Amino acid sequence: MKPDILIVPLQCAAHGRTGDKGDRSNISVIAWHPELYPLVVEQVTQEAVARRFAHRSPVRVTRHLLPRLHAMNFVLDGVLDGGVNDALNLDSHGKALSFLLLDLPLAVPAALRPLLKNPTLLETPR
Amino acid sequence: MPLPLHVGCAAGFSGDRVDAARPVVDTLLQRDGAAVLIFETLAERTLALAQLARQADPEAGYEPLLVEMVRPVLADCLAHRIRIVSNFGAANPRAAARRLFALAAELGLRRPRIAVVEGDDVAGPAHEALLREALGAPARGLAIASANAYLGAEAIAEALRQGADIVVTGRVADPSLTVGPAMAHFGWAADDWDRLAGATMAGHLLECGAQVCGGYYADPGFKDVPDLAHVGYPIATLDADGGCVIGKARDTGGCVDEHTVKEQLLYELHDPRAYLTPDVVADIGDAVVQPVGRDEVRLAGVRGHPRPQMLKVNVFHPHGWLAEGEISYAGRGAEARARLAAEVLRARLADAGPLRVDLVGVASVFGDDAGRWLQAQPAGDARDVRLRVALNHLDKRMAERLPREVTALYTCGPAGGGGVRTALRQRLGTLSCVVPRERVPARLEILQ
Repeated sequence: MKPDILIVPLQCAAHGRTGDKGDRSNISVIAWHPELYPLVVEQVTQEAVARRFAHRSPVRVTRHLLPRLHAMNFVLDGVLDGGVNDALNLDSHGKALSFLLLDLPLAVPAALRPLLKNPTLLETPR
Repeated sequence: MPLPLHVGCAAGFSGDRVDAARPVVDTLLQRDGAAVLIFETLAERTLALAQLARQADPEAGYEPLLVEMVRPVLADCLAHRIRIVSNFGAANPRAAARRLFALAAELGLRRPRIAVVEGDDVAGPAHEALLREALGAPARGLAIASANAYLGAEAIAEALRQGADIVVTGRVADPSLTVGPAMAHFGWAADDWDRLAGATMAGHLLECGAQVCGGYYADPGFKDVPDLAHVGYPIATLDADGGCVIGKARDTGGCVDEHTVKEQLLYELHDPRAYLTPDVVADIGDAVVQPVGRDEVRLAGVRGHPRPQMLKVNVFHPHGWLAEGEISYAGRGAEARARLAAEVLRARLADAGPLRVDLVGVASVFGDDAGRWLQAQPAGDARDVRLRVALNHLDKRMAERLPREVTALYTCGPAGGGGVRTALRQRLGTLSCVVPRERVPARLEILQ
């Protein structure tokens, strides 16, 4: 346990939106501040996202980096149970999925706390 | 330097708010330069539903809210040369044009020049062989309800060059509604890739209406949006080099800032260096967004690559039935009673195929159809739970059993269940393919 590291939900460091085309979902992750971007890139990896969505059995997860926008775009293939025309989900577009990703725990150096949104949402450091 | 082009967007989907256009037009009237008003009303499925509507009524099949959307602004648009460009023609652009002529007459306005852009509909016999070949094995034996190619901006640009007041299209790529007016206004060539790409991304920011102005963005405590109830619709000001400043209608709620723009820029994009449209392959890999004023953000640095030789076609076909049912449980033991009701339904519908179960209030939309997510949630003590079940079946009679079984929970299920709602709908399956662009030429006609 390092007291100089805060664990917060990704939502404190980044925002995002989900889009869909067929059985493919894309989720943007946009850092709230340029200094938070490297942390997000380091921790919100393809593997981390694939694990987050494991129950939806992604065929492939691809991450695209947009350093000039301090943003990443995740493309998740095969996670929508066939997409809007086949899925039985109430949210057949998967519109809510960005909020599943934004709940991912993120480790942030305490010095960067002023850059976080709502840092009151601290989780217990692990 | 040519004057800038202002493109306002007053709809981002079929059925969008009909009071959106007025503030957009009021703002456009105060700007110097040329102005265009677009309405984007065609999601992927919208056109298939429009096609079915047209089959039922030959004068239907265009945007059902066409008149409500256009009526409040048609007089000002015609008087002040604000051209209207929209895909609200859907499956029947000519009928939409007829309705707009009638609307202008009802309002005592001059008769507009209306252009219709067609050629996107490839469901007919002329394209059947092409389509079957492009779709391959998955399409064998399917009854095709609709098939539409995504056309590009060139016919729209040509219609405006020929003086159209209103351009009515069926399926065109959403950004083409912006690229067409930009090509006509600035005189860009159809292979001026960087400029076309800039206008394409401007169109992409506009095409979902309020989504770039704080709509679908607000998240209290994280993303606070002023006066969301009156969120404004966007206006992009394009320059001759394809850059743009995105803003919104005056005296409206919402906000346009660096973050609302980035969110919409990446919306429904896959590879950000290769956003495929019929007009250009747009590349935002090195693009930048920069606030330039209150509710004004500049997008620059978009690059373009040569357009694809093939056009995307979406095909819809009737594909079985979707049955859904819901019932609520509240108070002590609500979750346990909802879970028991789900067990009852699973047993009663075991032979009707996989049943999706949601416990709304416990676990629902994050979950997968197979139920792995729900299974991973430990049973709890939620006190207000709505059980929702759903299944697909090709046979309508089998699908009909679900609403009956959910209703039977009133007398045969756990205690205290209430508020049953059920629905049974035909599903439309979808397939996509690409076809050579020369096989689906756009057809333009100016009606007077």
